[in-house]
Amino acid sequence: MAERSFAKEVEQLKIGAGQEFRGEGILAVTKALLQCGVGYVAGYQGAPISHLMDVLADAQDIMAELGIHFEASASEATAAATLAASVHYPIRGAVTWKSTVGTNVASDALANLASSGVKGGAVIIVGEDYGEGSSIMQERSHAFAMKSQIWLLDPRPNLESIVKSVEDAFELSEASNTPVMLELRIRACHLHGRFIAKDNKRPPFTVADALEHPQRDTARIVLPPASYAHEHEKIDFRLPAALKFIRERKLNEVFGPADGKVGIILQGGMYNGVIRALGQLGLADIWGNTSLPLYVLNVTYPLVDDEVAAFCRDKDAVLVVEEGQPDYLDQALSKILRNAGLPTRILGKGPFPMAGEYTAKVMLDGIGAFLRREAPALLPDRVRAPNLPAAQPDEDAKILAKEVPFRPAGFCTGCPERPIFAAMKLVQNDVGEHQVASDIGCHLFSILPPFNIGGTTMGYGLGPASNSAFNAKASKRSIAVMGDGGFWHNGLTSGIGNAVFNQHDGVTIVVDNYYSAATGGQDILSSRASNKSRSTRHPIEKAVRGVGVNWVRTIDRTYDVGKMRDTLKEALTTPEKGPKVIVASSECMLNKQRRERPIRQQAVKDGKRVVRPRFGVDEDVCTGDHACIRLSGCPSLSVKKLDDPLRDDPVAAIDNSCVGCGNCGEVADAAILCPSFYRADIISNPSRRDRLLARLRGAVIGWLQRRRAARQLSFAVAG
Amino acid sequence: MNALVRDRPITIAILAIGGQGGGVLSDWLIDLAERNGWYVQETSVPGVAQRTGATIYYLEMIPFAGKMPVLAMMPAPGDVDIVIAAELMEAGRAVQRGLVSPDRTTVIASSHRALGILEKTAPGDGVGNAGAVEAIVRRKAKRTIVHDLQRLAEANNSVISASLFGALAASGALPFPRATFEETIRSGGRGAEASLAAFAAGAEAVALGDRPAVEPEPRPRREPRIAGGSAWQRREFDRAVQRIADELPAEIRAIATAGLRHVADFQDAAYGHLYLDRLAGMLTLDRANGGAAKGFALTMETAKYLANAMAYDDVIRVADLKTRPSRFARISGEIGITGDQVVHLTEFMHPRAEEICGTMPAGLGRWIERRPRLVRAIDRAFNKGRHVRTDSVRWFLVLYGLAGLKRFRRRLLRHAVEEAHIATWLATAARLTPLNYDLAVEVIRCRRLIKGYSDTRSRGEAKFDRVLSALPLLEARADGADWLRRLREAALLDEKGVQLDGALKTVATL
Repeated sequence: MAERSFAKEVEQLKIGAGQEFRGEGILAVTKALLQCGVGYVAGYQGAPISHLMDVLADAQDIMAELGIHFEASASEATAAATLAASVHYPIRGAVTWKSTVGTNVASDALANLASSGVKGGAVIIVGEDYGEGSSIMQERSHAFAMKSQIWLLDPRPNLESIVKSVEDAFELSEASNTPVMLELRIRACHLHGRFIAKDNKRPPFTVADALEHPQRDTARIVLPPASYAHEHEKIDFRLPAALKFIRERKLNEVFGPADGKVGIILQGGMYNGVIRALGQLGLADIWGNTSLPLYVLNVTYPLVDDEVAAFCRDKDAVLVVEEGQPDYLDQALSKILRNAGLPTRILGKGPFPMAGEYTAKVMLDGIGAFLRREAPALLPDRVRAPNLPAAQPDEDAKILAKEVPFRPAGFCTGCPERPIFAAMKLVQNDVGEHQVASDIGCHLFSILPPFNIGGTTMGYGLGPASNSAFNAKASKRSIAVMGDGGFWHNGLTSGIGNAVFNQHDGVTIVVDNYYSAATGGQDILSSRASNKSRSTRHPIEKAVRGVGVNWVRTIDRTYDVGKMRDTLKEALTTPEKGPKVIVASSECMLNKQRRERPIRQQAVKDGKRVVRPRFGVDEDVCTGDHACIRLSGCPSLSVKKLDDPLRDDPVAAIDNSCVGCGNCGEVADAAILCPSFYRADIISNPSRRDRLLARLRGAVIGWLQRRRAARQLSFAVAG
Repeated sequence: MNALVRDRPITIAILAIGGQGGGVLSDWLIDLAERNGWYVQETSVPGVAQRTGATIYYLEMIPFAGKMPVLAMMPAPGDVDIVIAAELMEAGRAVQRGLVSPDRTTVIASSHRALGILEKTAPGDGVGNAGAVEAIVRRKAKRTIVHDLQRLAEANNSVISASLFGALAASGALPFPRATFEETIRSGGRGAEASLAAFAAGAEAVALGDRPAVEPEPRPRREPRIAGGSAWQRREFDRAVQRIADELPAEIRAIATAGLRHVADFQDAAYGHLYLDRLAGMLTLDRANGGAAKGFALTMETAKYLANAMAYDDVIRVADLKTRPSRFARISGEIGITGDQVVHLTEFMHPRAEEICGTMPAGLGRWIERRPRLVRAIDRAFNKGRHVRTDSVRWFLVLYGLAGLKRFRRRLLRHAVEEAHIATWLATAARLTPLNYDLAVEVIRCRRLIKGYSDTRSRGEAKFDRVLSALPLLEARADGADWLRRLREAALLDEKGVQLDGALKTVATL
């Protein structure tokens, strides 16, 4: 099950025409899909659209009632290929993934789809993971739209516009026989807002209808000569049809006064930021009234030349607000104006930085710089010539830079991946540093403190593949880490199969935590949970052996650091040829606790015997070296200062958030650190036997302690 | 455009650490605003930062008058009315991001610390200066409310979202009646009672006033008291305490008393007298070299570090500490044992041949250590992780027996090794005192580098030796003490001593 349940929220998906919907952006997108009579939905999870997949999974019953097929795809390529259903059949389909990484994976299918063209509306909802909080390379989905001639919508970030945009996308797709991409930035996906709903619509033609009445049209297949014809079709028919639709349906919007010497052309997604910056400059209010003309591109590809020319005519200069690079819009707009013979200046990157997110400050600075240069008379005096004291070097900033801690993402409390990397660190301390390739997933946190393990990440499931070149005679072997998510996504073939075929001697550690954990705990093939709509419990080891690996070790409790270490050492030294695969399995603690904690609490309430382990540190045994933390980084393992004049350094301490995973004790043992750790098994509602034994032991131990206290000098702080 | 001034939304930024539940607070704020008939927009950037990284939630709200406002999706510098920081340093981060302005921003922060990973991994003390950050926040904000809201939440079996929500309600920064805050929590269902209690605690803390900017004097330390000992031991100890009053200058007495207690607790009263003898020797030297004018710094530091050196961490010490009644009491308190709960305790021990030999009579231990094959055999027999139950009679007895070896300790190999190290260390300081008093003090302080067990300890000893290896270059320099201090601090920055290597190279170029 996913990390977050939307069971309650999806009830809103059932509301009918005229009722007000309130909720998150992705939930609104789901509602919009239902209102559009979508026939099938598929996708692959990943921020910022993970919740969209979770919402869809939780809404399966509602969709099934409407005859909609939902599928959690094996990868983005699978999701994109799913849209093939709209090539020959009049079925509306939608797919979703994280972009640009997901679009990279999907682009083979997307390019074929775009060449074939579609009969039913095909919409790709891409979560643009760009700027703050992003975990991927900073690129734009825009390039994919241009290269395959897929239309790109970038709606204003409010729920009404986003919902309307989904509707527009299907119609535009059908009007121009072209798939359409709908780009949502991370904050828009998680935006809480409201809109007035419509009734849900059953798809007029379902996937079941298609199975009953199969169709084929060779003209739609990407094979010569049809593929040559497709390219001409795109230019001669589909593009003009799209432009006509965009123009007639006024998908792009113009705000503000009709006249004015300067204006702004912006991506729809930038609209709220632009209005706020204009507000700060005294040129707009929060109801969207602006004294500067705005041309809002809710469709950023293709551009409508005559609309652009009409907006720019009579203007001296126009600012382009286009986040990210290359500056495709800037380039295209310049060309349009040149072709139209207009002298209007286009400024984009210049007032704005070429690279990086358009944060509130960047937006204000960019628009401010443009107006100061092109139309200073518009600006109020306080903005044009602010009465600010000369900037002084800020001592405070220096102190903050030094004292406010760096907080990289890290493994959660009790994470089963922590002991894997603790073991790797121990092995490397012992036999030297190795070439280590990382992958995408929670395990990538190994590259950060305190583990500092791993050098590259080449893409989801591509950890082992990225070690391919290191297939040479040497005294050391390469190590690759890959998650179970990446393994099923493509790693089984791209990494493991490839290593078997090329007789690679390297070691691969497959981190099997029972879920696609980093994206929010979605189920995958090897998940252990029984999922009523999916087939799970397919062991990774079986798949690995199936493609021909002979040396496979499955460790079913990663917290056994000693065993982890020894197994890895064996893999690095065994004379056996071919790839060595270690499947390191333990359940994601976040999900395990979510599942078990309520059950445990209820059991305690019901008076049942419940054992809860947690760890602690004997503060008088701990010497404050923090070696244990350098092999852990667990949030519940911290340091505290003792009230003791003889001590300089803080000692280790474990707080009540400890889930008793055992890593501390195992590491202290395996690394021979120190005897400070103890595990306390707290037994609630002890049995009569527990109580009797405890009393007996207490009596004997108490007697021994009193005996010693009568002789030996000792001190204690009175309780 | 005057409408703009009138139509400004209330803007709220929540800064939290992934896993703290900032999303809960943000959901409550949405519910609260809508409950009061306001239009609210909320955004967040979850992603990977959810896993222990710094996260931010942003809300804008405005009375709803039938038309949709255009609200911003991220906080703009100088444009935030309320900053809620779920941890003290996160309030500092808000200032760094320009979200706190003196004409506008109310900061509500929890004073507790959740340490960043680099604060925790430093071999020395890497904890950031929270006081300095809090002072800056207070200077930069229009209004600052700081309380330990984490503690209030825990005391009520709830989460920090609830106590923060209470603090916000009581601050009056939002124009909503308190009852609607409580309705919001109630509508959440599960855990509402605990949340309401934490909410009330947070509200009450704020109603009683802000925490003073400067912490009151720390409450007096609770001095350890005698918890055991024969009449004779106690008498001998009292005599040692009397010696401190008689022999040591006033400024040394407090630390010497702490040191005396520490070594006597480690061994016995006689060992305490040995400690005082050594201290007295150092004091004589100190006096002879003008120490009085320097507050007897040499004796002062010796009192502290000699106590730590003499009370080294051997098997006997660990067994002793693990079997004391005060330990069982402390653990029960720490893990919060209630009612009839029963606790089982498991220890993680990993003895090696070194520890076995160290616990043998010095002669025998050395004899074995000279025979590598025998050492390996012992290692094979003993070197393995032992997870033992100290609440069981059997393993308690084993540790109890080990602790009982205390009476032979001063004849064992480990003691001889430690004594030799102490002797060299003190002699080095003594030799330097007439030449370079300040440098001698720093030599004493370098003992801080030696701590931990097994490999960690060896690394510490190696660092100690490497730091002191610079002495020949520093002895004659007036700023030698400064350099030695820098070397020591560098040695405490990282595990492998990379910073120390750099610092040593610098010293070599002096």
